[in-house]
Amino acid sequence: MVAHKDERLHPLSPWKRLLLRPELGSIAGLIVVFLFFAIMAGNTGFLTWLSVRNYLEVAAQLGILAAAVALLMIGGEFDLSVGSMIGIAGTLIAVLIHPDYGHLPLGVAILIALLFAMGVGFFNGWLVLRTGLPSFIVTLAMMFILAGANIGFTKMVTNLTIVSGLGDVVAKSSLAHLFAGSLLGLPASVWWWLGVTIVLSLVLLRTPFGNWVFGAGGDANAARNVGVPVFRVKITLFMLTAIAATVVAAIQTLSIGSANVLNGQGKELEAVAASVIGGCLLTGGYGSVIGASIGSLILGMVQQGIVYTNIDTDWYKVLVGGMILGAVILNNYLRKRSMEVRR
Amino acid sequence: MTPLVELRKVSKFFGPVISLKDIDMKVYPGEVHCLLGDNGAGKSTLIKILSGVHKPSEGQVLFEGQPVVFSSPREALNQGIATVFQDLAMLPLMSITRNFFLGREPRVGPLRLYDGNLAARIAREELLKIGISIRDPDQPVGTLSGGERQSVAIARAVYFGAKVLILDEPTSALGVKEAAVVLRYVVQAKARGLGVIFITHNVHHAWAVGDTFTVLNRGRSYGTFKKEETEREKLLQMMSGGEELEVLAVELELIAKRDPAGAAQLERRIAEELQEPN
Ligand SMILES: Nc1ncnc2c1ncn2[C@@H]1O[C@H](COP(=O)(O)OP(=O)(O)OP(=O)(O)O)[C@@H](O)[C@H]1O
Ligand SMILES: [Mg+2]
Repeated sequence: MVAHKDERLHPLSPWKRLLLRPELGSIAGLIVVFLFFAIMAGNTGFLTWLSVRNYLEVAAQLGILAAAVALLMIGGEFDLSVGSMIGIAGTLIAVLIHPDYGHLPLGVAILIALLFAMGVGFFNGWLVLRTGLPSFIVTLAMMFILAGANIGFTKMVTNLTIVSGLGDVVAKSSLAHLFAGSLLGLPASVWWWLGVTIVLSLVLLRTPFGNWVFGAGGDANAARNVGVPVFRVKITLFMLTAIAATVVAAIQTLSIGSANVLNGQGKELEAVAASVIGGCLLTGGYGSVIGASIGSLILGMVQQGIVYTNIDTDWYKVLVGGMILGAVILNNYLRKRSMEVRR
Repeated sequence: MTPLVELRKVSKFFGPVISLKDIDMKVYPGEVHCLLGDNGAGKSTLIKILSGVHKPSEGQVLFEGQPVVFSSPREALNQGIATVFQDLAMLPLMSITRNFFLGREPRVGPLRLYDGNLAARIAREELLKIGISIRDPDQPVGTLSGGERQSVAIARAVYFGAKVLILDEPTSALGVKEAAVVLRYVVQAKARGLGVIFITHNVHHAWAVGDTFTVLNRGRSYGTFKKEETEREKLLQMMSGGEELEVLAVELELIAKRDPAGAAQLERRIAEELQEPN
């Protein structure tokens, strides 16, 4: 009896502790993907600094978005409108600072785009919570509305589906460096990605709000019953996702010097893919911001890495699909194992 | 002595459904008040009114003598009414510690961050107090047994200074040993001076720990009885709604005329089911 009790109190082995981490699967995936390309394309340039820079930049834009989307998913909701949000926030910024249209200082333009995005995020959340409809449907509708409004608005202003000619404004604005500049040889987006990941991960794991996110996503009713302000938590998450989309929009628009209405399309699903690869559960209540960032890194690595192999880049999406399936199966298995880690 | 909570002529309607009608009830400190009744009798509805999930359609709720209207579970919780719901407010994928402190996280530092270390230490200590030794407070609640989950939920309510502890069928899904453990916490909470409202279908569990018994039937109260004034069998009969038993007896008689052996067997089985603690 005494021995039995001692055995029970024995601390968990480091291996079992690791099993409890939701991002375990994505770390394994990252190693596999890296080794794959290092072997397949190690001597054709995959291991060069240029290649690293390339995939980091691709991963960064997705990662900023995925960190917020992961938080929203852990909170039990989806936002399929983030892709269109990137598009419309991008044109908004472009039109507002354009010498022929808005003439506004960049800071003001970004602030207006931010307020617009936060308004839409609030509306998304409010609608979902008021109607009780699945956020999947509500934000799917919003995705079409924003995409359509973006095309309509852009054509109305420019007669084209693109707002270009921002080069001079961007070059003159010092604020633009914050989004389109570089530091220590890495583009600003990579630093944004790093910052957003660290901050949101700390919010999730080290603040009471983060605990509420897990609770609201795991079982909104149970969470409400112990006093979690579920409504406020979810609205905040929707607004946060919209803010992340605006940051990505600013980075894209100011780096390229133009805004295309097609910008951001498909990003909503890529962000979900990155989150799921990173261990987020579609049903909410479980996941990791760091995992979602690793998921973004994997997707960026695959997208850029394939260029250095002799595989046709048209096959990129097949690889992504395979990775999502593999990751979900692996994560599912790991989570079941972690639930068997009994005392 | 003023009761901790009191219901005066409380009714609750859901559209045309009368869930509760004219319920009077008083709960005193240091008392285990059992709420008995068949499925759908209105037990959960009643405690949801006390815990701030529903508002009463008619009547009044008094807390420590003052009329109150709770508009959310949080308000009731802040006053000291803690509820462990039938559908357990526990998130299986979250750690024991995080579940324990959900909605009332300890904070630390100028940024008022979540104090995970303190939370883990307190959770471990509080669970040890009630006899659960956990390897790791970071393990998911989903790895605990049903009885352990109930115990964690009760420990949480007691730790956060509940004056009234409401337990909705905490023993219904448990084996004999686990039920005994939960019943022990019920008595412990009572000894600490809490008023405990204990809902159960199992009259044996109620009889083991209860001081007073209120029996509901189809939304109405048969009244409140002190343990000295009543008997287990009387409660049992009220719970199952005496008339239904009579109907059953008539049916059995009819069957008996055709198949005496089969009827006797059926009768024995029903009698056993009604008597046996499960
Ligand atoms: N939100 C609601 N809307 C409509 N009817 C409800 C609602 N909640 C409860 N009811 C009805 O009220 C009645 C009492 O339900 P309640 O859940 O309180 O019973 P109970 O005594 O807890 O039963 P059980 O022992 O099965 O838990 C039932 O007829 C139920 O259908
Ligand atoms: Mg019930």
